[in-house]
Amino acid sequence: MDAILLQILNGLDKGSAYALIALGLTLIFGTLGVVNFAHGALFMIGAFCAVVLSRLLSFSHTIIDETRTDFLGNPLKVEVPYLHEWLGEGLGQTVIEWSVPLAILFSIPIMFAVGYAMERGLIRHFYKRPHADQILVTFGLAIVLQEIVKYFFGANPIQTPAPPAFAGSFDFGALVGLDPNTIIYPYWRLIYFSFAVLIIGAVFAFLRFTTFGMVVRAGMADRETVGLLGIDIDKRFTLMFALAACVAGLAGVMYAPINAPNYHMGMDFLVLSFVVVVVGGMGSLAGAVLAGFLLGILESIASLSWVIDYLPGINQIVIYLVAIIILLTRPRGLMGRKGVMED
Amino acid sequence: MTFSKTNIGRRGLIKGGVALGAGLAAPTFFNNRSFAAAHSGYLNAPTGKSVTLGFNVPQSGPYADEGADELRAYKLAVEHLNGTGSDNGMMETFSSKALKGNGILGKKVEYVTGDTQTKSDAARASAKSMIEKDGAVMITGGSSSGVAVAVQALCQETGIIFMAGLTHSNDTTGKDRKANGFRHFFNSYMSGAALAPVLANAYGKDRKAYHLTADYNWGYTTEEAVTQATEGMGWETVNAVKTPLTQTDFSSYIAPVLQSGADVLVLNHYGGNMVNSLTNAVQFGLRDKEVNGKNFEIVVPLYSRLMAKGAGANVKGIFGSTNWHWSLSDEGSKAFVQSFGKKYGFPPSQAAHTCYVQTMLYADACERAGTFNPCGVVEALEGFEFDGLGNGKTLYRAEDHQCFKDVLVVKGKENPESDFDLLEVVEVTPVDQVMYSPDHPQMGGEEATLGSCNVGA
Repeated sequence: MDAILLQILNGLDKGSAYALIALGLTLIFGTLGVVNFAHGALFMIGAFCAVVLSRLLSFSHTIIDETRTDFLGNPLKVEVPYLHEWLGEGLGQTVIEWSVPLAILFSIPIMFAVGYAMERGLIRHFYKRPHADQILVTFGLAIVLQEIVKYFFGANPIQTPAPPAFAGSFDFGALVGLDPNTIIYPYWRLIYFSFAVLIIGAVFAFLRFTTFGMVVRAGMADRETVGLLGIDIDKRFTLMFALAACVAGLAGVMYAPINAPNYHMGMDFLVLSFVVVVVGGMGSLAGAVLAGFLLGILESIASLSWVIDYLPGINQIVIYLVAIIILLTRPRGLMGRKGVMED
Repeated sequence: MTFSKTNIGRRGLIKGGVALGAGLAAPTFFNNRSFAAAHSGYLNAPTGKSVTLGFNVPQSGPYADEGADELRAYKLAVEHLNGTGSDNGMMETFSSKALKGNGILGKKVEYVTGDTQTKSDAARASAKSMIEKDGAVMITGGSSSGVAVAVQALCQETGIIFMAGLTHSNDTTGKDRKANGFRHFFNSYMSGAALAPVLANAYGKDRKAYHLTADYNWGYTTEEAVTQATEGMGWETVNAVKTPLTQTDFSSYIAPVLQSGADVLVLNHYGGNMVNSLTNAVQFGLRDKEVNGKNFEIVVPLYSRLMAKGAGANVKGIFGSTNWHWSLSDEGSKAFVQSFGKKYGFPPSQAAHTCYVQTMLYADACERAGTFNPCGVVEALEGFEFDGLGNGKTLYRAEDHQCFKDVLVVKGKENPESDFDLLEVVEVTPVDQVMYSPDHPQMGGEEATLGSCNVGA
């Protein structure tokens, strides 16, 4: 029982990432009718926003320490971050250590611009083309973005730790009266989960309670009529694309301390996120979120060692297995609407 | 009479001259013939003034950084072999003095490169293309055991020498050993044998270990080697769980570790897997826990500096093993670090080191054999003892084509002084302690054989 509870907790943070990416995917699909295979790359770019900010904040100049030598026997070059000099060593270091939370602010304009440029520059030319073309062009774009990141940052993962205040884990088991050490949960993953809930709530509130959101929802239901009413729906849909890019980017920024960012992380999440969208139901925002958490938790439970002993390999296929079962029993997914992708 | 005598004498003189000329010319003539014989009758025998080597490294994919470092080392080795570098690197310290800095057997060394993508099929395809299209006479490289085993088998089939780069699985020179293949890098068995005593010494003999193992060839042999070696020291293995190679978040595998009652976590992971699993383990605060009245510990059997860099501060105090480290102070290592450091501005990785050494060993074997013929090279390398290449006295064992040398046990440094200064050598395990018989069960037992060398043509 403890083990299951532990894996449910564990599934929450991965589920959060799935839910955030799938939410953006569904948003884009629902508004623009585009299957965006570059969405995983947006998640990856978000994570690299955290890397870039942490590098910018630790921007240094070199001083030569004559008392020590480097590996070739020359005087040692020591890198001193400018922030240490400007703000003092203590405060400067603290700012550097807080680069991941600070990157949230840093990444919003960047992701918005990337999303906007992507939609205006490339994707809008593919609205009237078949889905296969859209998939090919966005998948190609994803590979290009990935290779650009690899060119500048290398193939190895880059550690981007959370602020020391959030390092380590707390004993969840002891809090709910179980034996100590049975259920431990890292602070940062709890923060990630809370952050995801906050973002998901904000997106839903935005769509539900603002005029802009209302128009977008109306456009999702019947694009033509909204256009006939004299509303420039395309412009709003472009902004929704940028918003979806921001959601994926923020998911990436906050994920950086959980798994060191590498150029490939977008692809790792992309396929699963598509499964999440399909299981949740194409075009259903609530379905995407629900399916995200559900599959995250199932994946965690399937990797318990006694589960693997009974069903070897289940940890690698559980998500797809569930997808097959759901599509067989509910062809539109958990919360799919009639008419989406059925024309 | 006199005339006739003189006449005969003159004829005799002419005959004698011809005979003498032929006699004088004979050694060169025969040498030329034997040279021609030595340089034909095998695949891709170099006929011009140059010889082509094929460097098959991961230039894309998850091990691309390691591959890039391997390629740097190969280029440096080629410079040294051709005598065009700013120094001669380890050629100066190498115990064999057959290399002269004029290429190999007087032929200028040229190279072609291929991208393995860390995928067996891609690696075979690029090796095949270098052999068939570019006429490479030797293939070297690899940053994965799956790739090494696949390319080694290809080289055996086609009749080309394969000098393995970074590959640590027992199988490369164990059950999948091949007559045309050679490995300088150490292996899983050696890691286990070197680590176990150090671990028992540091953490005690009453420990319960939990293994997380990458679900492929290298993971299995490493898990087996470390499990057997630590159990031999009195440790108990509580559980061993296979993790998918494509896994990025290991939390669902790490969270149950504490529940199992284990007090040591062994991460049989490499590359990105290792960076992520170690980061996750540290996030879960495993190292701050106390289990069974002891501090919880983590062990990483195979370390690399490039990986340690990826894992950042998480490696501090964690034991592992490595084939070579730039901080070693023997003359060979110093010469290599100087040479590589001057050219590239940072110290070489263990992957770079083993690739450089393999190229030197191949070139030296050709010189000593007087041919590029694979069977001649095999004969020259089998049982070859050498020194001065950074690992002390080393033997290329004839039975399995594995190098036997001291093994380094390292630990993540507590207070690193630079980006490179991440590991410290805590013990140099003598070669006798990591030696095993060629038919050891972990190495494929009695059934594992090299077969016979293949010259291809």
